[in-house]
Parts: sequence; C-alpha cells; structure tokens
Amino acid sequence: MKNNFLKGIIHGIPIALGYLSVSFGFGITAVRAGLSVLAAVGISASNLTSAGQAAGVEIIAAGGTLIEMALTQLIINLRYSLMGLSLTQKLDDSFTVPHRMLASFGITDEIFAVAYAQPHKVSPFYMYGLILISFIGWTSGTFLGAAAGQALPPAFTSAMGILLYGMFIAIIIPPSRKNISIFGAVLAAALISLLFEYVLTEVSVGFAIIISASAAAALMAIISPVPDEEGEK
Amino acid sequence: MSIAVYVAVMAGVTYLIRMLPLTLFRSKIKSRFLRSFLHYIPYTVLSAMTFPAIFYSTGNTITAAIGTIAALITAFFGLPLIVVALAAAGTALLAGFFI
Repeated sequence: MKNNFLKGIIHGIPIALGYLSVSFGFGITAVRAGLSVLAAVGISASNLTSAGQAAGVEIIAAGGTLIEMALTQLIINLRYSLMGLSLTQKLDDSFTVPHRMLASFGITDEIFAVAYAQPHKVSPFYMYGLILISFIGWTSGTFLGAAAGQALPPAFTSAMGILLYGMFIAIIIPPSRKNISIFGAVLAAALISLLFEYVLTEVSVGFAIIISASAAAALMAIISPVPDEEGEK
Repeated sequence: MSIAVYVAVMAGVTYLIRMLPLTLFRSKIKSRFLRSFLHYIPYTVLSAMTFPAIFYSTGNTITAAIGTIAALITAFFGLPLIVVALAAAGTALLAGFFI
C-alpha cells in the first residue's frame, strides 16, 4: 500500500511541475478577471481541471447564468467521462466503490494518461499518490499566481496569461499531426469558434464553446467514425 | 450572484461527470456515433477554447500571436507540455519588450 502510494507520487512529479507553472497562469488570469485569491484557489482545489476552470472564470467574469455554467462544464469536461470508462478496465480488484468515488475526483488528461500507460492494473493508493502530488502542484501554483500576480511586473503577468493556452496547444497538436481526422476536428472547432467571436457575437462565451466543440465533434463523427473494433483504447 | 454559488455548480457538475462513469459503468458504449463523438470531444473543446481566446491572453494581440506561433512550433515537434507552455509565455514576454 505504502509502496504504491510512493510510486504514484514519483510518477506524478512531472505532472505536478507542469501544473505548477500552468496554474500560475490560471491564478493570474482569475485575479485579472476580478476574482479574489481565495476564490481562485478554491476553484482549483474543488475542480482540478484546466479548460473547465478557464471557461468557468470567463463565465463568472461575464456574469453568465448557472445553467450556462453547468452546461459548459458538462461539455468541456465530458472527456473525463470517457477517460473514466477506459479507466474502469485498468483498476485492480481492491478498487471498491468508495475508492472509485474518491479517485474519480482526480481524473485529468495527464493523470489519466500516466495511469493508463501503466503495464499492469493500478491500485487505489497508486492513484491517490498520483492525484495528491498533482493536486498540490495545481493548487499551490494557482495560489502563487493569484497572490504574487499583483506584485510582479505587468509585462511578466501579461505574458503568463498565455501559459494555459500553450498547454492546450501542446495537447492538441501532436495527435493532429499523426491523425488527419483529429486535425480536421481541431480545425473545424477553431473555425466555428472564430465565427462566434467575430460574426455571431450575441452568443455568450460558454455556449459558443459548447456549440463549436459539439458541432465539430459531431461533424467528424459522421465523416470519420472510429473503427467498430476500437479495442480498449 | 455569489461566486461561491458559481464555484459550487462548477465543482459539482465536474465531479459528477468524473465519478458516475467510473463508479457505475461496467459495459461498453454501443453507439458508434456516440463513441466517435466522445473520441473527438477532447480535441474540439480545447481547440474551441484556445482559438481565438489565445490572441487576447496577453493583452496585446501581437505578443500573443508570437507566443502562439512559438507554441505551435514546439508542439509540432512533440516537446513536453511544460516546454510548450513556457516557450509561448517566454516569447510573448520577450516580444513585449520590443513592442
């Protein structure tokens, strides 16, 4: 049990370091959008999600409705459901329902990727180690960015605003290079999103993301559906 | 509206999305369309969130565009997440000194 926990922590160190710098950018963005340091850290500690939080802060700043907030989180974070489904095949026998309920809090793109890449089934304490170190990186980075954001030179904090988006690009570009359908989906989503930004400007930011992402994914699901025998990937 | 209410909705929805499938689901999704849709969703969400928001992320469209190009190039060569993110911020910062 202890060994697995430690192993999880060690495997999570690269994730934590990445999160530390990216969430620093989130902390700055949140404070710039008018949130308090406590609110920024509270969002990071309770959500542990990059894209969802960034959209959430935009909606709060724009005074959006709670329905818009709930729907936006649902669509943006829907991928975690799919990752959760894949992970069910990867959990060892000691993963009882309470363990599943606790560990599910920590499903993120990177934590899923590391857990899924293990050659054997994973235990609850391995997952807790992985999640804990990542969680510490994410929340402490948010705190530092939110608290120190005001003290740093404006040129520095302005540039840090791009960190989170840089991480998104790092996630979407490599698979786009290998798979033309994924590239098509990425391109379609970006183009529809641009349409909302510059032409259909009356649509709010949350709904613009939902519609752009859903339409592009549906389009590619029709043009290039995944193979029938998809295996466990 | 109180920020706490927004945060509670955000966190609640996000947790349920993660918890329900992992806890309850044991079989495979049958619909090929739905599986394909879910396959593309992570990429389309991140793309729609990034473009065009990234161009406004530094408060200056030119520095943001330069940072974006740096991110695209480093990501294209498959460099680690942290390197791509820092390359974007670093070039945007440098560009800011010249503009």
